[in-house]
Amino acid sequence: MTAAAAFHTAADSVAPKAPAGSGVTFDRVSVAYRGAVVLKPLTMTVAAGEILAMIGPSGSGKTTALRAVAGFVRPASGRIYIGGTDATDLPPCERGLAMVVQNYALFPHMRVSENVAFGLKARGAGRDLIARRVEESLRIVGMSQYSRRFPRELSGGQQQRVAIARALAVRPRVLLLDEPLSALDAQIRRAMVEEVARLHADLPDLTILYVTHDQSEALTLADRIAILKDGELSAIGRTGELYHRPPNRFAAEFLGRANLLPVVVEGKARDHGFVGVRIGDAKVVVSGDDHPAGSRRLMCVRPQNLTLTGDAERSNSIEAELREIHWQGELTHLVAAIGESILRVVATRLPNPPARGDRLSFFFSPSDANLIVEEAGV
Amino acid sequence: MLVWSLSGRVLVWSFAALILGVIFVAPLAVIMLASVSQQWNGILPTGFTLEHYRDAAGGAERDAVFASLVTGFVASLLALVTGAWAALALRARAGRWGDALGVLFFIPSAVPSVSVGLGLLVAFSQKPLLLNGTTAIVFVAHYVLISAFAFGNISAGLSRLAPDYEEVASCLGARPGYKLMHVTLPLIAPYLVASFGLSFALSMGELGATVMVYPPGWVTMPVAIFGLTDRGDIFTGAALTMILVVTTLILLLGLERAPIRSAAPR
Ligand SMILES: Nc1ncnc2c1ncn2[C@@H]1O[C@H](COP(=O)(O)OP(=O)(O)OP(=O)(O)O)[C@@H](O)[C@H]1O
Ligand SMILES: [Mg+2]
Repeated sequence: MTAAAAFHTAADSVAPKAPAGSGVTFDRVSVAYRGAVVLKPLTMTVAAGEILAMIGPSGSGKTTALRAVAGFVRPASGRIYIGGTDATDLPPCERGLAMVVQNYALFPHMRVSENVAFGLKARGAGRDLIARRVEESLRIVGMSQYSRRFPRELSGGQQQRVAIARALAVRPRVLLLDEPLSALDAQIRRAMVEEVARLHADLPDLTILYVTHDQSEALTLADRIAILKDGELSAIGRTGELYHRPPNRFAAEFLGRANLLPVVVEGKARDHGFVGVRIGDAKVVVSGDDHPAGSRRLMCVRPQNLTLTGDAERSNSIEAELREIHWQGELTHLVAAIGESILRVVATRLPNPPARGDRLSFFFSPSDANLIVEEAGV
Repeated sequence: MLVWSLSGRVLVWSFAALILGVIFVAPLAVIMLASVSQQWNGILPTGFTLEHYRDAAGGAERDAVFASLVTGFVASLLALVTGAWAALALRARAGRWGDALGVLFFIPSAVPSVSVGLGLLVAFSQKPLLLNGTTAIVFVAHYVLISAFAFGNISAGLSRLAPDYEEVASCLGARPGYKLMHVTLPLIAPYLVASFGLSFALSMGELGATVMVYPPGWVTMPVAIFGLTDRGDIFTGAALTMILVVTTLILLLGLERAPIRSAAPR
């Protein structure tokens, strides 16, 4: 039995007052600071046991939404449900949550083990339970041998693990993470992302609300992603779905590089859920429905979903003139032109690299492209 | 360093040494010399003796040391508790009201301490609040004079405390009281200790208000010193001053070493 399995089979809970269940629901939650609305009415649900990443540019209201769940800001309107119970009026200490913040906020006057024990002690847990949980939690994050140290004697990555252990020790219904990795350098950050993923694989019941502005963290970890923009939910969906078929330009561009090419809708394709579109002279099929024939749309396709093909007659391919080619070790970046628009392509291997000015055909799978309605003013 | 040239630095240092020597060291040195001298008729005193210390260690003077220590301790403790309480309460309502209340705390320190003493004397001379002639009125006077500094010190410490620690604590299930005792206060412990030390030092040296209010049985060291020198017993006054200085110094040094397990937050 792994440490994590032991962690979740013991039935002893020390948070009897915390709401049962473990999902989080925002029901038209808005937040204002001194009259200025920073979170517009937000409705979404974090399902029990899932990792939902909330991403968005700086100032978009991610931290504010998280703090509303934790109970540090009062919503101006709307209700927050934790595990199906209305938690809007509960004080933070009764919500049964745990939080990890950007700078970890480990208590500097307590040893690692005391930090991890803090939540349980505060809830009046028995000594044996505390000792067992502290040990388990430290084992899960691989910090057992550091339990006697003070936080200042640890590296950033180690402090981060202790902060996570401290949060896990209380067995929170929901784990709130606010940019937990942003203070680490790129290499450790990648390793920590993988560790958080492993942690969740070990603790499948744990609901995680993960705030970040780094789309790669979100793509790696999240079951679903919510994108905030100017205090508003811009898009929400399953990670792969949102990445490959973003519903709007902002989501398309925030999650990574995207080609957005103007197209004209031809009509429904033979297969259900696909439509035919015209781009220049080429006719291709993309995913989507409810797009009236003749309407103008943007076709979104990711650079790495385009494949260079020698066969110009191949179905679902578009032709473009190569403008630039950059070889970057593992990847080759191609920049090509279709009429006025620019097409970016990322290729992993190119047996016969093309030359500038060549006319090339790029194939893509209909399910890797979708249509976006161009919003006014964007 | 603001001054780089050698001659410039020599000049600056000599100036600093002069100021330090004349203003700080000279008076203390004179008092120290006087406290161990038999006579002081010329420029320098003559004859070494510990007689004055023997005098200062007996009877009334020993009572003065005791009175000063107790007064300092009681007043500083009161100031620490109420100052911390006020600072915590006002932090929760930051804003115009909080600022105004914060300023109120400092009014007594802007008023001459003699006037504060007089005010207390008048205010506490009536029946329901009759404190005149009691030891308590000395404590109250000292408390009024030092509480602003305690409050200011602790407020400064609190304003430097990032809210993260307390938020994480309450998120983990700590109720307000538990959070206060195990997170907030330990994290500002260095400021609490500094505040206590400053209060104590201020109280040990307080004369103006004490002279106005002290009852016969509770003569603090500064009052005793004032009395001795007033009567012309300069040498015993000097010895008692040295005892005051050394006692305060020992206390402050001890506080500095207080085993507080708190690193100031990074
Ligand atoms: N205590 C506060 N008082 C007033 N305005 C605030 C306060 N906290 C946040 N704001 C404002 O609310 C908006 C949203 O802030 P929030 O911290 O939620 O952004 P964020 O998405 O977490 O950004 P970042 O990625 O930079 O952390 C910002 O415009 C910010 O200026
Ligand atoms: Mg933030």
